[in-house]
Amino acid sequence: MNAIDIDVERETPAGLETEEMTLNMGPQHPSTHGVLRFVVKADGEVMRRAIPDIGYLHRSIEKIAEKVGYHGFMPYTDRVDYVSAMQCNQGWAMACEALAGIQVPRRGEYCRVIAAELGRIASHLLSVGATGMDIGAMTPFTHALRERERINDLLEELCGARLTFNYMRIGGCAWDLPPGFARRVLTFLDRFEPLIDEYNELISFNKIYVERLANVAVIPPEMAIAYNLVGPNLRGSGIKYDVRKDDPYSVYPEFEFDVPVGTGERGTLGDSYDRYMVRIREMKESCRIVRQAIEGIPEGPVIAKVPRTFKPPPGEAYVRVEGSRGDMGWFVVSDGTAFPYRVHIRTGSFAAMAIIEELSKGLMIADLVAVIASLDIVAPEVDR
Amino acid sequence: MSRSTMDAADIHRRLRERLGNLVSAELKVASWSLCDVKPQSVAEVCRFLRDEPELAFDCLSNLSAVDRKGEDTIEVYYHLFSYKHRHRIALRAATPRPDPVLPTVSHIWPIANWLEREAFDLLGVRFAGHPDLRRLLMPEDWVGHPLRKDFVEPEEYHGISTRRESLLKL
Repeated sequence: MNAIDIDVERETPAGLETEEMTLNMGPQHPSTHGVLRFVVKADGEVMRRAIPDIGYLHRSIEKIAEKVGYHGFMPYTDRVDYVSAMQCNQGWAMACEALAGIQVPRRGEYCRVIAAELGRIASHLLSVGATGMDIGAMTPFTHALRERERINDLLEELCGARLTFNYMRIGGCAWDLPPGFARRVLTFLDRFEPLIDEYNELISFNKIYVERLANVAVIPPEMAIAYNLVGPNLRGSGIKYDVRKDDPYSVYPEFEFDVPVGTGERGTLGDSYDRYMVRIREMKESCRIVRQAIEGIPEGPVIAKVPRTFKPPPGEAYVRVEGSRGDMGWFVVSDGTAFPYRVHIRTGSFAAMAIIEELSKGLMIADLVAVIASLDIVAPEVDR
Repeated sequence: MSRSTMDAADIHRRLRERLGNLVSAELKVASWSLCDVKPQSVAEVCRFLRDEPELAFDCLSNLSAVDRKGEDTIEVYYHLFSYKHRHRIALRAATPRPDPVLPTVSHIWPIANWLEREAFDLLGVRFAGHPDLRRLLMPEDWVGHPLRKDFVEPEEYHGISTRRESLLKL
């Protein structure tokens, strides 16, 4: 029998089932980058909406801060965004320094910038590789991870850890650069920078890859701002805003670098491809910053004198750093004791997660993983 | 995007001119200068800050709640930012601790939906008019609000003990 001859009414007496279908995705799912869950309301293959359900990785880090004191909280900040822990260290240190009015020595700031920018490259490499893997291209992940391991080696030399660094301290950094470190970083950069073009040849300009990302999950600029999207997600929508440039901290004003933004080069402004390409281009900018920092690093101490019992005066501070997932806000309230009265961490992934319910309307189910990847969501950062 | 010539003092002055004593006369000058707002007027003040073209606070950068047990209040901080003019200000509203209620701002900035759910979940602040005020991070059947200063950790959760011998004593 020919397909056209099927009498639908006869085959399914009550007509076709067309009601909304509810699907569960997660909390354990290979493409969710951590433990998170979506309740997908679907009409066939098209999502009416995907409702995020978070909290599976809530470890009450903010409550722990109230118990362990200012210095003791530093290793916990590594666990907020474990893919890019350097900027978390820096955010916490800066919040404490703002409370107590501590000036970090210049060499300490340079060490922080070198560490943070290497961390950003490592984080973007994971994001870029995982985006490929999530939509079915397995090889780029191994290429990206190979270089990421080299950065991990460098950071291990710097602070003894490959992931949860605990490198920074209130007032500066725990250790100075080890002997020969600057040379090895430059060797790495010489090797890595041309590889970015290779990644582009390998995946970024691949037709299948482009079609999976271009025009998918478009976030117009107004929507990005209203949902407080930050970092590469915000810049993907064409808004040129980078905390390092526009609300400068540390020694970033001393470096020359550009802020790449999405332009809708392969589709629509603010689509998944724009967000992806912003990360690729930011890696180059981070390389530029690291080179300048290595070249210009001054002599001197890396940490200011900070009392062992750190008691900042009562008050509150809200500081922002440009993490790998964008503007990360650290709100600290002090009551004058050695323990913070309240800590609140506002992260980039939190906003990226909150936008998904609105963003998923009308997308194909298969595109949900591409959306999660393009927003570069790290689940522990959402839940804290 | 234009860079504003307004600093926090100008923004505060504008608020006082237009909204009178809904906003405190003092402005605590800091990197995010802070002024107090009458709790029942939070939504009104926020709407004005977003809609006035010269202020244009299009982004709620952060919303944090703090349990001030000593003063018997819960304070909610709103850190506002304008991408249009690149200026910023922080607001603070204090609500009574036994029955903390503030008007929602989730219709003004959609990100407030989740930030308010977080504050409700962890500190028990209710946001009047919020479309979906459920717990966000803690399990739905959790009792109490863990970031309240008088929160007592339950002995067990669904038969799982929350107590553990110190490893040093074993």
